[in-house]
Amino acid sequence: MNPVRKKRLYIVLAILAGVGIAVALALSALQQNINLFYTPTQIATGEAPQDTRIRAGGLVEEGSVKRSGNSLDTDFVVTDGAQRVTIRYSGILPDLFREGQGIVAMGKLDSQNVLIADEVLAKHDENYMPPEVMQALEKSGMKQQHDAAKAAQDSAKQGYAQ
Amino acid sequence: MNWTWFHKLGSPKWFYQISGRWLPWLAVAAVLLIAVGLVWGLAFAPPDYQQGNSFRIIYIHVPAAFLAQSIYVMLAVAGLVGLVWKMKLADVALQQAAPFGAWMTFIALLTGAIWGKPTWGTYWVWDARLTSMLILLFLYFGVIALGNAITNRDSAAKACAVLAIVGVVNIPIIKYSVEWWNTLHQPATFSVVAKPAMPFEMWMPLLIMVLGFYCLFGAVLLLRMRLEVLKREARSSWAQAEIRAQLEKTP
Repeated sequence: MNPVRKKRLYIVLAILAGVGIAVALALSALQQNINLFYTPTQIATGEAPQDTRIRAGGLVEEGSVKRSGNSLDTDFVVTDGAQRVTIRYSGILPDLFREGQGIVAMGKLDSQNVLIADEVLAKHDENYMPPEVMQALEKSGMKQQHDAAKAAQDSAKQGYAQ
Repeated sequence: MNWTWFHKLGSPKWFYQISGRWLPWLAVAAVLLIAVGLVWGLAFAPPDYQQGNSFRIIYIHVPAAFLAQSIYVMLAVAGLVGLVWKMKLADVALQQAAPFGAWMTFIALLTGAIWGKPTWGTYWVWDARLTSMLILLFLYFGVIALGNAITNRDSAAKACAVLAIVGVVNIPIIKYSVEWWNTLHQPATFSVVAKPAMPFEMWMPLLIMVLGFYCLFGAVLLLRMRLEVLKREARSSWAQAEIRAQLEKTP
């Protein structure tokens, strides 16, 4: 490569490196603000602000969903494996909402650390399979293993994300 | 290392001849792959155990998102080649690829929103993946607008190249946003090192669609570049001969 081209190449690479470092610094400074939601552990340790709208995310705990008989009110517990947060929501839940599913709820924390949500979003995971495979897994008891492995993976990932 | 092929690529005439040979193959491959992938994916692939049939939008969404990011990387590489080697053809490639990339980004965002409503419960959420993808769309708009706004061709090429190179910082952010931050968007189903988190009869049509989209992009890019090269070389004798030959062919 001739020297002029080499020099131009170095200038371009230097600009790219400079911009890359600047963006990396800005993003690491904004780390907390870019996260879409707080995990139950963050809420329990008081990292999440009170009296302002926040999002809480995690897995819906098995057996924790309580629906009111005469209204749309639903209470459920969201967990990340370490801590739990109770969420109260009145409205229609998304199709994917079920026990064991990852969700993100938006609302305010009250004094007892219950999140009064006005929006609940279901979080889909990266696994896809046909319904027959899922039924077969459930029959053979593999599903429990699969879910346990997945929950462990998810909580490990959330720990890492902090 | 022998660089002749690289310098040859800079010659518009050589590019015009060689691309004319590739174009029909790419076009046929694109049509075949997309037709097979669409029918297989939309009609024969099994539904998902949780999302049912709505997951089938993946067969448009994922290839479009792949292309949106790949094309931007291609813009940056073309920009680098244009800046360092002063190759005119690199600028042609950059300008002609940008609108296709913008469309792919738009399709990825649109199909994502359509899928998001039934699955997540919302069309749009400001999480890191969706926001960085929106920034990618604006970067494409920036490249296209800059190319059109500056009348001097050399300054336009330089400005677009710099913007394309600087903007490429956004690509790793899009890719890793789902791992670095808590997002609503799920992490990647596919990775180079691990088995896909999806059975064969679901990912095979997706792979075919992705390849089909790449071929479609290749065909559209060559077609657009050939026209632009002819326009820019309109005064050269080979281009005039080529246009005359084309005119004689179509009565």
